[in-house]
Amino acid sequence: MIFSFDLLVNAIVSGILIGAFYAAVTAGVTLSFGVLDIVNIAHPAFIILGSYIAYIFNITFGLDPIVTAIVATPAFYLLGAGIYQIYYVSFEKRGQESMRGLAFFFGLLFITEVMLVLYFGVDYRYVEARYIGPTWHVASLDIPLRILVPCLVSLLMIAVLQLILTRSFVGRAIMAVAQDQLALKLMGVDPVRIKRIAFGISIATASIAGAFLIVIQPVEPSVGREYIGRVFAICVLGGMGSLPGTLIAAMLIGIFESLTSTFYGPSWAPAVSFGFLLLTLAVRPAGLLGR
Amino acid sequence: MRSDVFFVVCLVVGGIVFAAALALGNDYYFFAGYVVLQYVVLSTAWNILGGYCGYVNFGSAAFFALGAYTTVAMHRLHPMPIPVDVVFGGVVSGVVGLGMGYLTLRLRGAFFAIATLALAVVLQTLIVNWDYVGGSRGAYIVRPESIAPFGNYIKYLFMIMMLLAVGSVTVARVIERSRLGYGFATIRDDELAAEASGVPTLRLKLIATTISGALMGMAGAPFPYYIGFLQPTSAFGLEYAVNSIAMPLIGGTTSWVGPLIGAILLGSLQQIATVTISSAVNLLIVGFLLVGFVIAAPNGVIGLVHKYIQHKPIGRVGRRKIEADAPKAAP
Repeated sequence: MIFSFDLLVNAIVSGILIGAFYAAVTAGVTLSFGVLDIVNIAHPAFIILGSYIAYIFNITFGLDPIVTAIVATPAFYLLGAGIYQIYYVSFEKRGQESMRGLAFFFGLLFITEVMLVLYFGVDYRYVEARYIGPTWHVASLDIPLRILVPCLVSLLMIAVLQLILTRSFVGRAIMAVAQDQLALKLMGVDPVRIKRIAFGISIATASIAGAFLIVIQPVEPSVGREYIGRVFAICVLGGMGSLPGTLIAAMLIGIFESLTSTFYGPSWAPAVSFGFLLLTLAVRPAGLLGR
Repeated sequence: MRSDVFFVVCLVVGGIVFAAALALGNDYYFFAGYVVLQYVVLSTAWNILGGYCGYVNFGSAAFFALGAYTTVAMHRLHPMPIPVDVVFGGVVSGVVGLGMGYLTLRLRGAFFAIATLALAVVLQTLIVNWDYVGGSRGAYIVRPESIAPFGNYIKYLFMIMMLLAVGSVTVARVIERSRLGYGFATIRDDELAAEASGVPTLRLKLIATTISGALMGMAGAPFPYYIGFLQPTSAFGLEYAVNSIAMPLIGGTTSWVGPLIGAILLGSLQQIATVTISSAVNLLIVGFLLVGFVIAAPNGVIGLVHKYIQHKPIGRVGRRKIEADAPKAAP
């Protein structure tokens, strides 16, 4: 019994650690899907793109993947702003965002994945860093540093994002654009510009989340697809546009996935998030901390 | 044209294509044609929900694989003729579509789309863990060398897929012109207004999801016999999901002609590109065409043709242009 109790505690702790990483992966979708109502299903593809950029700089210059990713955020921000501009002109302005907008992002997801396959092949790639490898042993707990470091940085990132959203002028304007575009316009703020900034930030988080991903596990181009269901399940469960809700939901799903893979086998873990998604949609569509 | 006449005309066209492939005397045309026809069924099925109702299904691969794996499971139980497999594959996929729709269609459209994406991942997890149908290792289906009136087995498979294609195009056309189709169109144009006017939107959406899912399952049912060795990664391939969205959107979503044109154009293009260039590059072509068309030609090939025809009478273009511009000139 003592053995299985240890197993249980270990599973829960690693679930919490992984959950914080999931929160970083989902933060961008919380911004785009939750706040802006843009169903960016290509988000996981941008995360994989972030992983590969961290990989290239790590392999050629030996740079730390997470530092590289933070330096690369302005480039991702510009990419996001550009994509939003195309999305706005071709779909939102014409009122066709529901179907053609979805197909547009699906196409982006597909193109990114195929390009990465053509360029890097389907081999698993991994990075080197000092914190990859060692594990801390606290009592009966095993805490691998390769998961602890992303977890801490991702908590920091979520905190910074939350501060930006609640304290800064732009952040408050972003929350306002979700509620009432016309009122924002009357206050003399251009809603399209605010949305462009918000979408840029959302894609910028993908760069950092991508670095976390390649630190935690080896990456190949189609890994992103596993994250689509998970990311949206977390976003919906957390209550759409709420970052604290996202963090709680991410940890919940992390814990349940970790328990499932410990006690039933890792191949069943992907089913957990889908179960949560369906359950949330059927029982409480507003999510945990929904407005 | 009446629907039964249309069906007969389609059958005759199908027969001519079959005869033409026979006359060419190379089995490759049957192998390539089978894939194109399979995409005709898939994209027509997708369009019944996506084009008519405006609900995007990203899980075409899941429904397709469900049909294929139903066949594998039945083959393990007891080998049966393919038409029976097709019926069972259709029923299983239809029921799953109904269940999915019931859970997610009451909410905004985006949730349905996301749930279909997740469905593909979960079904793949189930199949990978299910040893009876081969699990992650895959399953062999040994197809007979030949079958009575056709000789070669691929001709038989080609004919089955041709019948399915003719059937699904006819179903799509019948729906389009029926009360059901008008109901679907109201959902696409304004669901809230439709609901307020007494259209039973949920029931109609469920009907569309079931029909669409069932047709995709039917398209997947003969697949194990075609490929011979079925693996989860090939049955759940992303190219099915992408193609069944790209083909209707490139052809045009509002009528049955669109997915047919899209599937024939894009399907043949991919067959040619696979042979001449490489299979990864041809997927890239599909991706770029999809994004290009949704941005630049929202109504697909049909929309482009309509535009061209409208502008064709050259002598009257000037006057038409003035007429078209007139309302905009007013402040």
